[in-house]
Amino acid sequence: MAQHKVNYTKDGGLPVALTSIDKIVNWGRSNSIWALTYGLACCGIEMMASGASRYDFDRFGTIFRASPRQADVMIVAGTLTKKHAEFIKRLYDQMTEPRWVISMGSCANTGGMFNTYSTVQGCDRIIPVDLYLPGCAPRPETLQYGVMLLQKKIRANHASKAQKAKRLM
Amino acid sequence: MRAYTPKDDVQAKSYYTDRFYVSPQVPKSPVESDEVFAADLAAIKAKFDVSDAYIQVEQMVVFINAKDNFGVLELMKNELEYTQLSEMSAIDWIAKENKFEIFYQMLSMNKRKRIRVKMFIENGEAVNSVEKLFRSADWSEREMFDMFGIEANGHPFMKRILMPYDWQGFPLLKTYPLEGDEFAAWYEVDKIYGKEARDVIGPEIRDTAKVDRYDSERFARLGYEVPKGTKITDDMEKVEQTYQEDGGVFMIKKFDKKDSVVVDDPQR
Repeated sequence: MAQHKVNYTKDGGLPVALTSIDKIVNWGRSNSIWALTYGLACCGIEMMASGASRYDFDRFGTIFRASPRQADVMIVAGTLTKKHAEFIKRLYDQMTEPRWVISMGSCANTGGMFNTYSTVQGCDRIIPVDLYLPGCAPRPETLQYGVMLLQKKIRANHASKAQKAKRLM
Repeated sequence: MRAYTPKDDVQAKSYYTDRFYVSPQVPKSPVESDEVFAADLAAIKAKFDVSDAYIQVEQMVVFINAKDNFGVLELMKNELEYTQLSEMSAIDWIAKENKFEIFYQMLSMNKRKRIRVKMFIENGEAVNSVEKLFRSADWSEREMFDMFGIEANGHPFMKRILMPYDWQGFPLLKTYPLEGDEFAAWYEVDKIYGKEARDVIGPEIRDTAKVDRYDSERFARLGYEVPKGTKITDDMEKVEQTYQEDGGVFMIKKFDKKDSVVVDDPQR
């Protein structure tokens, strides 16, 4: 038996919250956005800083996973080279639905300063992107703001309806 | 009337060029001025042809025949104590004389001297690999093949090192465009989605001066983001974006600045 006394009459009744399926599913999804560890260049350093204790991504429920099969969001942090393009597509395909992509920094958005033969001019040429973060590199605050906007986007989904899978083409 | 000249390229060209300008040259001194280099050169000359040799910035530059490169480097490594190959690559002189210049940068830790061995090969010729002498030549020769298309005979793994194996073209040739040729421009699209996807995905935007004000509204203004594909007109009102909906979020408290404590102590 518990020693402490549970006050069931507090907050006007039983410790039960009533809500809709949509809200509880979206609450779960939006507060456990597990990100794929995907630092491609210097933006990866900012992404690591966001995950570390000073900026603390864990309070959003964002935990970095080393496997695309356990990840919900792919944060493309850095320059995407043409040699690597096929692998980003493969990793994206291995992620389970529903999945989201954040394109972090100028290089991932548009190729950035690398206007050269070997750089993909924006990762949205390969995979569908949900959120573009400006900056070179974006501060951890920007990435966290981006994750909060992504949470808002997830909350707007209807969990009861079938999700239309995002495809580039 | 004066003939019209197109003004598209005006900023790229320099307006004023000095007809009498002579580009400054790094001064060269004869090899005899340094006795260590003079002895090294004599040892090389005893066995191989040397077309030119001089000292530049305290380093000796020796021009040899391309067929002798393995022999010269073997002599320098085993007898002259130049035990390290710090760098090697090629220089594209195709436009000038249809040749490649290949250089080997040698270092002697005992003598505290550096020698640069240079040689010319015709366009399309291969060189002898020096990988058996210096392990550092392994990747350097692969990079030389990757970037210039110069093959090294006797190399154990003559494949591209930086670019993908199925890449076409040699990027460090002076004829290769910086932004890539047709193959490079569509490489990732062709490989992942196939050639028929070119129309759907569209060409790369390579114009760095291109400013799309709608794009800048989407990308640059934090707090006023617009979803992708929104039709933006001039008389649109700005809608400030917040990270939470107006009605609040289920089971999540909104951060209230009034209730928060600001820690202002720098020694915290």
